[in-house]
Amino acid sequence: MSVTTAERAALPHPTAEPSFLTSENTVSSWLLTRDHKRIALLFFASITFFFFIGGIAATLMRLNLATPGGLLQPAVYNRMFTMHGVIMVWFFLIPSIPATFGNFFIPLMIGARDLAFPRVNLLSWYVFNLSGLVVLYSLIMGGADTGWTFYPPLSTDYATGYVLAAALAVFINGFSSIMTSLNFVVTIHRLRAPGMTWMRLPLFVWGIYAVSVVMLTATPVLAMDTFLLAVERFLGIGLFDVHHGGDPLLWQHMFWFYSHPAVYIMILPAMGVVSELIPTFARRPVFGYAGMVLALMSIAILSFFVWAHHMFVAGISIYAGVVFSLMTFFVAVPSAIKVFNWTVSLHKGKIAFDAPMLYALGFVLLFTLGGVTGLMLATLSVDVHVHGTYFVIAHFHYIMVGATVSAYFGALHYWWPKITGRMYPESWARFAAILTYVGFNFTFFPQFILGYLGMPRRSYTYIPDWQSWNMLSSAGASILAVAYTLPLFYLAWSLFWGRKAPPNPWRATGLEWTTTSPPPKHNFPRTPVVTLGPYSYDPERDTFVSQEGTNYAE
Amino acid sequence: MYNWIPFWPDTAAINADAVNSLFVAELGLAGLIMVTVVGMMLAFCVRYRRGSDASRAGLVTKTWHFEIAWTTATLGAFLMLFVWGAEMYVWLFQSPRGDEEVYVVGKQWMWKVEHPGGQREIDALHVPVGKTIRVVMAAEDVIHSFFVPAFRIKHDVVPGTLETIWFKATKTGTFRLECTQYCGVQHATMQGEVVVMDGADYGRWLTQQGVHESLAQQGEQLFRAHGCSGCHGENSTVHAPSLVGLYGTSVHLQDGSVRVADEAYIRDCILNPRSFTVAGYPPIMPNFSGQLGEDEVLKIISYIKSLGTKQESVR
Repeated sequence: MSVTTAERAALPHPTAEPSFLTSENTVSSWLLTRDHKRIALLFFASITFFFFIGGIAATLMRLNLATPGGLLQPAVYNRMFTMHGVIMVWFFLIPSIPATFGNFFIPLMIGARDLAFPRVNLLSWYVFNLSGLVVLYSLIMGGADTGWTFYPPLSTDYATGYVLAAALAVFINGFSSIMTSLNFVVTIHRLRAPGMTWMRLPLFVWGIYAVSVVMLTATPVLAMDTFLLAVERFLGIGLFDVHHGGDPLLWQHMFWFYSHPAVYIMILPAMGVVSELIPTFARRPVFGYAGMVLALMSIAILSFFVWAHHMFVAGISIYAGVVFSLMTFFVAVPSAIKVFNWTVSLHKGKIAFDAPMLYALGFVLLFTLGGVTGLMLATLSVDVHVHGTYFVIAHFHYIMVGATVSAYFGALHYWWPKITGRMYPESWARFAAILTYVGFNFTFFPQFILGYLGMPRRSYTYIPDWQSWNMLSSAGASILAVAYTLPLFYLAWSLFWGRKAPPNPWRATGLEWTTTSPPPKHNFPRTPVVTLGPYSYDPERDTFVSQEGTNYAE
Repeated sequence: MYNWIPFWPDTAAINADAVNSLFVAELGLAGLIMVTVVGMMLAFCVRYRRGSDASRAGLVTKTWHFEIAWTTATLGAFLMLFVWGAEMYVWLFQSPRGDEEVYVVGKQWMWKVEHPGGQREIDALHVPVGKTIRVVMAAEDVIHSFFVPAFRIKHDVVPGTLETIWFKATKTGTFRLECTQYCGVQHATMQGEVVVMDGADYGRWLTQQGVHESLAQQGEQLFRAHGCSGCHGENSTVHAPSLVGLYGTSVHLQDGSVRVADEAYIRDCILNPRSFTVAGYPPIMPNFSGQLGEDEVLKIISYIKSLGTKQESVR
């Protein structure tokens, strides 16, 4: 980066103030911290732990499915997929990007010193860990055996596992979500730096804002659901049990009223991340900023009106099915707009293929494939065939793992220099990114085929005809396991031996890059004043303008 | 027609033929979208990589023309798929009056099948080819889902109600029957087969089952044993609605609503009579919930249906 003398003055100087990492070094300074950056790292540690616990369950499942007969006891397999679902959904995917990168970067990107409620933020982490302990209790005692959807009457009258503990964990976990999202909503409304108008917000902030609104509205319903489930299972009050005048479909309606928006809780922040990565590495403004914002918010709102598309064959009225199918096609439109805008955002750029960009491109491809198969599932009569099969498994893993986890790793690499002050090893990271993409497709593409052939989900055994596709999937899963574990090693290595990171290694425009790497405890030496929207890159003249209005030459 | 594709399931019913065409159209659209996105991405990534000296002049950062055109095009395509899929869904899930009827009870972890003639099977369903088969389903314990991949039909069987589904097989053979709703430890083994036979073979199979009583006759015995005939019988002095010719008619209830007397309605009336009191009759019928198993209820329903059109019970 060459900088003219006049501009050099605007670059942040290495200040005397120590970074947030080293300002205090006692254990209690971490465990009782109210610094959003430290809390983000605490969350990072917790969810990384759960990511690997959920991953171990997935590994056992794929190992079991490598042969038609299976290796595990049926009861063990059933508990594995239940715990895999519960842990991955509530203990990794939902908090993944918001609680870590959202927590760390929302204040930095809007020019604030911290979140609006730092103590609530810390409490959120403790509540999360409390729910984590409860889910670990459920797992260690033998696990629940209902599937992560807890459908009654199986979950209330028949399942023998630790269903109440798992449901209680989900119940408590919801409060952590609510606290974190409330914090984000208030922070984004109230603590933006002077000049940071709504239409100048980076798209990552918009993504987190959209998801926070959804979390805040939907999660209380989950709390009610799990509470009612406990009431029925524990006290025997008939809410879902037909023998006591209840209705099993009531659970499904209530559960999906939360859990469908939850799917968007998992993807909206990822969309925000990718909207940061693509302009930065393509060195050009994102295509259609206003359209992107509009799409994010309409997805957030429409996500509340599609829940019964999980129930097309469950016995709902035919006409309800028709309405929910139509709504589902509507929610696909903003997603299609986003894919189109990301792709066009490469046009006439100056594209660098650093690891975060590889993850972002992988995200777009996997999200698109997940999206087009989503269209098939939204089509009523096709859903009748593929519902409850591996086709659905493949579809939502393309969105929630292929897309969201790619974005998560993209964000991790992109912001790693800012968080730790060290550069990660680029070649290793690129290798891991490509390996993720290859391993992922090998794992999940065969599952589309298995599903269309009719292999039911949640089966510990299958007919021998399907073994080759299952073998392929299991082999792919072993590649994926390596690709997900690799960063653990080279990122840890980089903490000690990585190159020292400059304040703005990617020459990006956001406010988070105007402070030192890692940032000082209070983020900015003085409150930034924003004069411009994000992504002012000019690939023609090789210049870019930060959101504070400072010109830089590349 | 599509069996040359390595991942194409057997196609053995008119239901499956219809779904096939729609799925192929969707594969085409999906392919088009993927090719467009991947093609554009690859082209841009190569042409506008950092080292290339392609011109970057005239950068477009927004144009509503583009976005509106793209949105309209996708919305148009989506709506087409929606209409096509929805119309077929209504066709798939509105059961026609079948040529043949069969009763299925799902319980952990088996499918129990009963034919109107009284023939019973477990995890197997024998049907004639070329006939519209109407399947009336009940669940004994938890939710199950009746799925025949080769017919592309599936419906959950939820405890507490009856569901119906239909199909018309187009070729003989043996096809997989599955449960696709997780229903407990041995969910994976809750599988069976649908055997489609030609009419003559099917007739022979029915007679070889060694059955003496039809389902309706068995139902009639239960009808007497549980005292139903005391009130609903022809010579009863109790003021209870007659069940002759009930099936398929519209019934006016005390609360002002109107229900079509299908299998699910008759089941509701037996197990929860006070919620379905017929207009003009006193609410005096006792509750039979807990006294009858799902297959017994189905037998009684079969008997009540036979009271309507006498020739049906003979079949």
